[in-house]
Amino acid sequence: MISGSVVPLIVALAGAPLMQGVIIRTKSVIAGRTGQPLMQPYRDLWKLLHKGAVYSQTTSWIFRIGPVVGLASLLLALALMPFGGFPALSAFSGDVILLAYLMALGRFLTVLAALDTGSSFEGMGASREVTFSALAEPALFLSLAALARETGRISIGPLLTAVSWSVWAHAAPMLGLTLAALVIVFLAENARIPVDDPATHLELTMIHEVMVLDHGGPDFAMIQYGATLKMWLFATIIVAVAAPWHSGNRWIDTAIGLAGMLILAIATGVIESSMARLRLLRVPQLLLVAIVLSALAVAL
Amino acid sequence: MIKLLVLIPACAGIVAFFVGSDRIRRGLLISAAVAHTVLSLATWVVAPEPAMGAWLAEDPLGRLIETLTSLLFLAVSLYAVAYLREERSQPHSDFEEGFIFSNAREASFTGCLLLFLAAMTLVAVSQQLALLWVAIEATTLASAPLIYFHRHHRSLEATWKYLLICSVGIALALLGIFFLAVAGTDPDGSSIGLMMQDLRLNAHHLNVPWFKAAFVLLLVGYGTKMGLAPFHVWLPDAHSEAPSVASALLSGALLNCAFLGILRAQEISVAAGLADFSGRLLLIFGLLSMAVAAVFISGQTDYKRMLAYSSVEHMGILAVGVGLGGAAVFGAVLHVINHSLTKAMLFLVAGNLLAVYRTKNTGGIAGALSVMPVSGALWLLGLFAITGSPPFGPFLSEFTILKAALDQGQTLVALVYLAILAVILAAMAAPALAMVQGMPSEHVVPARSRSAALNVVPAMLGIVVFVLGVYVPPVLTRALRQAAHLLG
Amino acid sequence: MSQLINSVLVLLVLTGFMLLGSSRLAACIRVVAFQGVLLGLLAILMQHGELTVTGVLLPLSTAVVKGLLLPWLLFRAMREAETVREIEPLIGYNLSIIAGSAALVIALWLGQRLRLPTEPPSSLLVPAALFTGLTAMIVIVSRRKALTQVLGYLALENSIYAFGTAIALRLPVLVELGILLDVFVGVFVMGIAIFHISREFEHIDTDKFAAPTNQPR
Repeated sequence: MISGSVVPLIVALAGAPLMQGVIIRTKSVIAGRTGQPLMQPYRDLWKLLHKGAVYSQTTSWIFRIGPVVGLASLLLALALMPFGGFPALSAFSGDVILLAYLMALGRFLTVLAALDTGSSFEGMGASREVTFSALAEPALFLSLAALARETGRISIGPLLTAVSWSVWAHAAPMLGLTLAALVIVFLAENARIPVDDPATHLELTMIHEVMVLDHGGPDFAMIQYGATLKMWLFATIIVAVAAPWHSGNRWIDTAIGLAGMLILAIATGVIESSMARLRLLRVPQLLLVAIVLSALAVAL
Repeated sequence: MIKLLVLIPACAGIVAFFVGSDRIRRGLLISAAVAHTVLSLATWVVAPEPAMGAWLAEDPLGRLIETLTSLLFLAVSLYAVAYLREERSQPHSDFEEGFIFSNAREASFTGCLLLFLAAMTLVAVSQQLALLWVAIEATTLASAPLIYFHRHHRSLEATWKYLLICSVGIALALLGIFFLAVAGTDPDGSSIGLMMQDLRLNAHHLNVPWFKAAFVLLLVGYGTKMGLAPFHVWLPDAHSEAPSVASALLSGALLNCAFLGILRAQEISVAAGLADFSGRLLLIFGLLSMAVAAVFISGQTDYKRMLAYSSVEHMGILAVGVGLGGAAVFGAVLHVINHSLTKAMLFLVAGNLLAVYRTKNTGGIAGALSVMPVSGALWLLGLFAITGSPPFGPFLSEFTILKAALDQGQTLVALVYLAILAVILAAMAAPALAMVQGMPSEHVVPARSRSAALNVVPAMLGIVVFVLGVYVPPVLTRALRQAAHLLG
Repeated sequence: MSQLINSVLVLLVLTGFMLLGSSRLAACIRVVAFQGVLLGLLAILMQHGELTVTGVLLPLSTAVVKGLLLPWLLFRAMREAETVREIEPLIGYNLSIIAGSAALVIALWLGQRLRLPTEPPSSLLVPAALFTGLTAMIVIVSRRKALTQVLGYLALENSIYAFGTAIALRLPVLVELGILLDVFVGVFVMGIAIFHISREFEHIDTDKFAAPTNQPR
């Protein structure tokens, strides 16, 4: 099973916080500020790791394992992803489903940990998160199904490497729809505007942040890092579908992949700066649109 | 010559919009109507040549409906001139709710009337089905402003319903026509086309599933326009809120034109050997229409709505007649004539009653025989005629259909048919009798001061209906037989 | 060529969903206008490269009428009616989109069942046309405002036109022009009616037509 290369995993582990840094920097620049340094997320993680954590007496062991399981599931999921010219660390037939469910597991434990605190704010955030994920997951599945049907692979590694410009040439509408759906899912799952504002301080408007409000110290570090890893994971899929250059040389492909991630990060920053957050009632509609787009892609 | 039939009313209609003087405009209306009728009658003597590459031609069925429309229009336009003169001189306060409203410009009314006639003529002479569709949609568009003559909210609502429901229905009919074109297309790309004569000749080549779907869509689409249940919901509002001139034309002429669309489809169906399928559908919708009409006529207190539902009923009878096939088709085509004349007369008389008594409620009118003897008598006799009593025309045609049903062994259909007719007779006779007899109730406008034409025209129509009840001239019988022959 | 037709059809289906999900009247009008333009493009593409004068002129005029003239009329009606610019549907937007998805499934199924005698260049033609028709019916039935009912009627006509191009119907020029004229005059008359409705009722909610007027005029 461990047949592939460990390079994608290392690149992900190293580069994920940088991606977040790029997004934050882009938003700051567009807003007219200089913004925080690109390496700031790393420093933040380092700082958090050295802090202590306070655990409320109302919480139980679930509260403590929540962040751990979340990070662990994401690491496992990343092991399945390829990057650039390098194949995934582990690949087997049908691991697409494992991928989706690992992410679901992480989310599930985060939600449980939030509910475990007994606070109504976390409960509110948890219910919102779960509602939106319930709508985003079919879109993700359908998009992956459409890609799987087109390339004939059901293992995420080979699937992503199989997408190439020739596939675009004869199935452009379908791939276009899939890409649109995946972008919407990307924005939803990573709590980006227009679904959620990651920089909000108002608890009533939070969705993702409020779930993790009570975590501190190393737990919070694990959660933050996990969030960046999730973003990296989705970004890999999008870049693989949108910019499927395969030059044959692994390092060139990796460089192209990294460039793609950078562009995607800047684009996300631009999207976040140019739109306002959707009203909560409208988010399900957006996700429904994603489902419809991906369903249409499957039907084509 | 056929082109003249369409062009004369069309040009007159466009000119009428710009004519300023009322008298000249009314004169234009009458002269256009007379010219049109003369031409129509001439086509019986001298068969006109097909025009526009045989797209416009007269076949027996089309000629019958076209002449009927023309005669009806002439009668109605004579009435309309007197009606418009009366409308000018009265203040307009609504009878039901008491507010003041205005009328539309008389120029637009007259113009739309003439354009309406042009469109209906085009329907009757079209031999190309897509052109037929264009003409039927044109009739919807030309007649909508007529309904909105009295400018108030009820008539506006009626106009909107009419516009939207009929347009949507007719759009479905367009899809049906496209399906028909597909049914006539071979895999190698050659197609029968949409000309009636080609379709009649090659009907057995049609792809059956596509044709069946096409027929259903055409039935639903044109049935909406015709007033078959359950698509009739626009009819009661439109026919009761429109001025009686427009109602007479809508019920007497427009419904026939929509029926013509269905008849064309039925012709093809018979030629393709699918008469069972289409006949059964027509029978179902026909009986449903009659039943729905019976339910809504019972206890109806608005006499114009009562007449409107009666139109629904008679359209149902027509559908039943054509659906049964054989001798019933002859009865149905005869019924087209009888119903049109009788219903037009009734609507014109209803207009008189409305103008004198200022109420649409059947309970509000009494003693019509003493206040307005001619109109009152016509109202009573007309209601008896429309419900199928001898010795009037509709009795003959309805009886023919009934007899054909029994001859074919469709006793259940015949029983339901008879039962519904009986219910409608009872439901309509009671208010009619109450309206004409008894002590005269309050009426605002003295009946004697109104123009004589308002009474003479309906009287003429009534006499024709009576005559048709006792004697059908051989010319007519021959024409009816020719028309019915195409429909099986 | 087949790819291009496919892309146009996918866009057509997306416009159907946009029509169901838009909450702004102006957006809906633009969506239907865009549909008209797409259909003109589709008609030209379906000529399989053999371009005749009428073959280009007719779809072009259709695109101009449906893409420019009719929206202009409708925008005028919207402004003169001074209505609330938001659609107030009878069945919320989410449910409308779900209904649209159901309509898509039905359209795809029907497209399988109804085999055209000549193979169309794209297997998505008939389903796209049927889908547009079904969404048009959903819009007509579930929207209150008179203006959106007109939009639904336009979308229905668009779907039938799409079906017409799908079966490569070669209707005579006169008839095509007649149909186009009918649609144009129809919308024109409906626009005038809407203007009257707004003046008479001070709103264009067809739901509230039957409410009793509360003061004599």
